[in-house]
Amino acid sequence: MNVTVEQEFVCRGHVACPGCGAVLAMRYVLDVLGKKTIVVLPACCWSVINNRYPTAAVKVPLFHTAFETAACVATGVRAALDMKGDNDTHVLAWAGDGGTFDIGLQALSGAAERNDDIIYVCYDNEAYMNTGIQRSSSTPFGAWTTTTPAKTFKTKQKKNIMDIMAAHRIPYAATATIAYPEDLMNKVRYAAGIRGTRFLHIFCPCPTGWKTAPDITVELSRNAVRARAFPLYEVFDGTRYRLTHEPAQEDRMPIAEYIKPQRRFAHLTEAEIQVMQDHADEEWGRLMKVTETWPAG
Amino acid sequence: MKQVLLGNFAVARAVALARVDVISAYPITPQTLIVEELSEMCARGDCGAKFIKVESEHSALACCMGASAAGARTFTATSSHGLLLMHEMIHWSAGARTPIVMVNVNRAIAPPWNLWSEQTDSLSQRDTGWIQLYCENNQEVLDTTLHAYRIAEQLRVPVMLVMDAFILSHTSEVVDVPDIAQVDRFLPPYNPEVKLDPADPHSFGSITGGAEYQELKRIRHEAILRARDVALEVDSEFDAIFGRKYGIVQPYRCDDAELILLTSGTTAGTARIAVDALREEGVAAGTLKVRLFRPFPAHAIAEGVGDAPKVAVIDRNVSLGAGGIFAQELKAAFYDMDRRPEIIGIVSGLGGGDFTPEAIARIAHNAASAKGRRGEAVWEAL
Repeated sequence: MNVTVEQEFVCRGHVACPGCGAVLAMRYVLDVLGKKTIVVLPACCWSVINNRYPTAAVKVPLFHTAFETAACVATGVRAALDMKGDNDTHVLAWAGDGGTFDIGLQALSGAAERNDDIIYVCYDNEAYMNTGIQRSSSTPFGAWTTTTPAKTFKTKQKKNIMDIMAAHRIPYAATATIAYPEDLMNKVRYAAGIRGTRFLHIFCPCPTGWKTAPDITVELSRNAVRARAFPLYEVFDGTRYRLTHEPAQEDRMPIAEYIKPQRRFAHLTEAEIQVMQDHADEEWGRLMKVTETWPAG
Repeated sequence: MKQVLLGNFAVARAVALARVDVISAYPITPQTLIVEELSEMCARGDCGAKFIKVESEHSALACCMGASAAGARTFTATSSHGLLLMHEMIHWSAGARTPIVMVNVNRAIAPPWNLWSEQTDSLSQRDTGWIQLYCENNQEVLDTTLHAYRIAEQLRVPVMLVMDAFILSHTSEVVDVPDIAQVDRFLPPYNPEVKLDPADPHSFGSITGGAEYQELKRIRHEAILRARDVALEVDSEFDAIFGRKYGIVQPYRCDDAELILLTSGTTAGTARIAVDALREEGVAAGTLKVRLFRPFPAHAIAEGVGDAPKVAVIDRNVSLGAGGIFAQELKAAFYDMDRRPEIIGIVSGLGGGDFTPEAIARIAHNAASAKGRRGEAVWEAL
């Protein structure tokens, strides 16, 4: 891989946990979007990661806002820029899975239905990590969290946010993860080149919440793709699909192996792990079907 | 040019005259005609704003906040439950120092369902850090909307303009609609020194400790207190250009009054008629309209009340378990004064009853004959 980055916009001094996937995600996204970007940040891990007043870890303007308002505040910022004739500054709503899948879904749906001209990134660490690891609707089946104790782990599957966004027929929605920065940055680059609501779902392992070693975050991110737990794909206009990375046969990994280092799944029986495997297989099969039936060309 | 306008249309005209950049709103009775008219005006090109029709009031105010933080002049309007849904963003937008102007058409809060006038919606937002201005007629609504932008942008504090449901929102009155060139003289373009700007990047609203947090709150408190003076300055400048003046309180026949009726909104006009009738009966009554509620104009009210021994506060609102909210504010304000009149809190007109001159005269008679200081509110049915 050969990526030239002119200037980094995430600097030292952030206060993320060691091994945080969300820091890499912000770094890669801003590497592409660059200096002319305004970040709208609802309550999420990044509310803390950016560090306290008067310091800041990102070198672009950033506006902290309430949990459920990332999309609509971004819409407002965009409207102001448009009224001033500034058409080339990117407005980036940057929310966690709680702020996207749960409390912010209404505002996001509103912005997507209006096709507001914003880039919305959901960095997904699969629970309310900033408040101390509580389950969200993005938490996968089987996971321990502080509100789904091991004895009564989460028995519902992860909500499929990409299907929801595709159903809005927005110009572009894509999944990405930090283990594949070139793929991620290509998607950001494509998003930056078009108008309308652009949605990026970026999978970001969380050592604190997943109970994993901080030095395997990128590996976990890669393994999620290899295990087909988090496929990398794009949806154009909500109707045309393209897989951007298909794990080679020799790279394939069973779900059991992907979750093995994650102590949030340590309590699961083989049968329960099989439920996860079946779900991943089913979702993958479905994705294959839609990409074959409605290819992006 | 004089036009016959509903209160809601007077708001829409003012928004266009103020050259608002971004409007974001969600419909709710009885505010709906504001958003309908603004939609028409934007479509016709009579209003140059970008109008974002969002999916909730919460998003409406959040959207205005984002636009304002990026340097746009913004407007929203709501009522009752819409205002309550906004509550979190009412706090947040004030904390973010975004000088949004919002019109709230006062309406009762369910259950039970009731669409008519009551001030409990706006008054329950009194601790959010917004300036609140209460209007009596449609001319005042239009003019105060223009005042509101001057006050908000000078202080970087958002302003809520409050008008009674139906009694103003859906009632036609003659309104002198000013020429936009005149308005431009009064209200210059909004160009904030600090905004979201890639050329000068900052993080807005980052975490602080208690010391910094409290200091920021104190600065906001000082800014809101300055609104008393700023509102009067703006009022004088407006008067110089347009020949209309409102003040922050409006006393009427208070000078030698034995009983003063304290009112706000449309009740004020009817109270003046009632006062004239009471005077003819030989009752030395006066009335005082409170236009600025936050900050509470304690000294201006005390000056208006003068030596009057008794003030009856007519509250079309209630804080359950405490009584009418203007009455509470007034009692708190007078506690520190040397001259303290007897204050009778009257809760009446909740959910839209009509304050006729006769009803107000009856309330006044009851208040005049009431003996001794009383803590409890008097509930008067209409």
